[in-house]
Amino acid sequence: MTTLAPRVPSRFLPVLATVALFVIAFGVGSARYDGFASGQVIANLFIDNAFLIVLAAGMTFVILSGGIDLSVGSVVALSTMVTASGLQAGWPVSLVIVAVLLIGSTLGLLMGLVIHKFDIQPFIVTLAGMFLARGLCFVISVESVSIKDRTFRDVATAAIRLPGGVTITYNVVIALLVVAAAMHVLHRTRFGRTVYAVGGSESSALLMGLPTTRVKVGVYVISGLCSSLAGLLFSLYMLSGYGLHAVGMELDAIAAVVIGGTLLAGGVGYVLGGLVGVLVLGTIQTLISFQGTLSSWWTKIVIGVLLLVFIAVQRTMVRR
Amino acid sequence: MKNRLLWPLLALVALLLLNLVVTPSFFSLRMQDGHLYGSLVDVLKNGAPTLLIALGMTLVIATRGIDLSVGAVAAIAGAVTCVHIGTSGDAGTAIAGMAIALVLCAVLGLWNGFLVAGLGIQPIIATLVLMTAGRGVAMLVTEGQIVTVNNTAYKQVGAGFVVLPTSILISLLVLALVAFVTRKTALGMLIEAVGVNPEASRLAGVRARTIIWTVYVFAAVCAGIAGLMISSNVSAADANNAGLWIEMDAILAVVIGGTSLAGGRYSLTGTLLGALIIQTLTTTVYTIGVAPEVTLVFKAVVVIAVCLVQAPKARAALSFRKVAVSS
Repeated sequence: MTTLAPRVPSRFLPVLATVALFVIAFGVGSARYDGFASGQVIANLFIDNAFLIVLAAGMTFVILSGGIDLSVGSVVALSTMVTASGLQAGWPVSLVIVAVLLIGSTLGLLMGLVIHKFDIQPFIVTLAGMFLARGLCFVISVESVSIKDRTFRDVATAAIRLPGGVTITYNVVIALLVVAAAMHVLHRTRFGRTVYAVGGSESSALLMGLPTTRVKVGVYVISGLCSSLAGLLFSLYMLSGYGLHAVGMELDAIAAVVIGGTLLAGGVGYVLGGLVGVLVLGTIQTLISFQGTLSSWWTKIVIGVLLLVFIAVQRTMVRR
Repeated sequence: MKNRLLWPLLALVALLLLNLVVTPSFFSLRMQDGHLYGSLVDVLKNGAPTLLIALGMTLVIATRGIDLSVGAVAAIAGAVTCVHIGTSGDAGTAIAGMAIALVLCAVLGLWNGFLVAGLGIQPIIATLVLMTAGRGVAMLVTEGQIVTVNNTAYKQVGAGFVVLPTSILISLLVLALVAFVTRKTALGMLIEAVGVNPEASRLAGVRARTIIWTVYVFAAVCAGIAGLMISSNVSAADANNAGLWIEMDAILAVVIGGTSLAGGRYSLTGTLLGALIIQTLTTTVYTIGVAPEVTLVFKAVVVIAVCLVQAPKARAALSFRKVAVSS
């Protein structure tokens, strides 16, 4: 590691640490359990967490800008609800998709505007957004609504064959496209650079003449859009809409982003880190299900411990 | 001071009047078997755990912190006590169980304090660790089951009566205690000093770290007592759902009460008003016959409304702080 250090910039270290953790976790699983080290297990990591990958990508923008978005889990639930009840009412699939994405980004826009114009903490505003979206689900229906639309079901169950007999769903393709788009916007555009600048120091960014308003509101629109897209993926995954879907998913998304090496103070991190963070969380769940004797609540404890370790590591790095 | 409390007070009065219009008997109280009954008593009783947690949260927020783990801590307290009591109906076992639970909560508070004051981690993240892991721990204690107990002594905490329900009396007692300790001594001012600028207050001779540890321990113990109330009220410990989202309610109560999340000033009266508003709102939604799940929409509207009303002040405070930093 010491010989590597001068060549690998220190800003990549947290992401590399997460990748190493993923490899170790997966290696442990492969060594201990038969059938763990198969292509399909890796593919399943993506299939079961496609919506979380999309959420983490959106959350990365918000956290990089120094904010936080607690509403994402509820927006996912609202999107499933709108999708399911829209399809039930006989709307065409394209209209449902447009409506869901519009609702998500509009909620994001509203929260961003309130945060920026009135200088209220993102925590409180997105908390209100979380309550609002969750409540709106129940306004639509208190019951779970199942999705029976033929087109939707076909897309949900369609399998894409990859070489080696591995199959993935369209969800995975969409999630990876979102990650690619997010990487492009964050690392290759002026908007992306301004996100980093605002997260590093908002007043400096403002004094440099950067469009901080657009960025501070924009990140919440992106997060809202990603959440509603994740909601669509989640409806494909669950084939139902329910107000109690995705409870606490915002915490999973935040945990994935933090484990992926993004600093919660803002300004440091990568979209790819969030993706690897999700994979780490997924691997832990897979490990625990392969183990069989460990109960599901160990997942929560392990995630908590991992969060702690990564925060402590980040802390020492920032001090340096 | 008066001005800051005006809006929350108006909101509460408006809510109460709305209830009076919908159910004319809303304000009526009656005595039966030496117990006081009525809708107002119900509001207070159901709001007692939120108020208690909000009190701890107020002090944490006053130091510019936040504690997301209180709901998980409440679940742990209930789980530990119920598992300790088991099938026993003995008062001593119940008291011992509660004592163990509260000591454990204090330890959890020390842990939060260590992460925030010792390691210097952002409070929201530091307590997120325990929020995530805590429910897992609570489930570990109950082995994933809902543990039910049948213990009259334990029942007293959440469902007992001394004219008023015991839980109300406990919450009000803690409120009075906190008000006395922080406002009649310099402690309150020191807490606010730490919230305004931890470094400057440390240089001025305030033991900033000790104060931060203290408020997190206090918040965790409050959460523990609230957890006992919740679990005692139903004579069961539900690791998954006990105190779920109560941290959000508590934070809302604090913010509605005019305590700024930026730290540096707090109002216990405001927190009391905030907790009452949230509970009255919930009760109102029940009484006017809307699906209880829709309460969340009303909560969101109230939060945004109260925050917007207070916003110019928040903005003034923030810009003042920015000037102070840059000069």
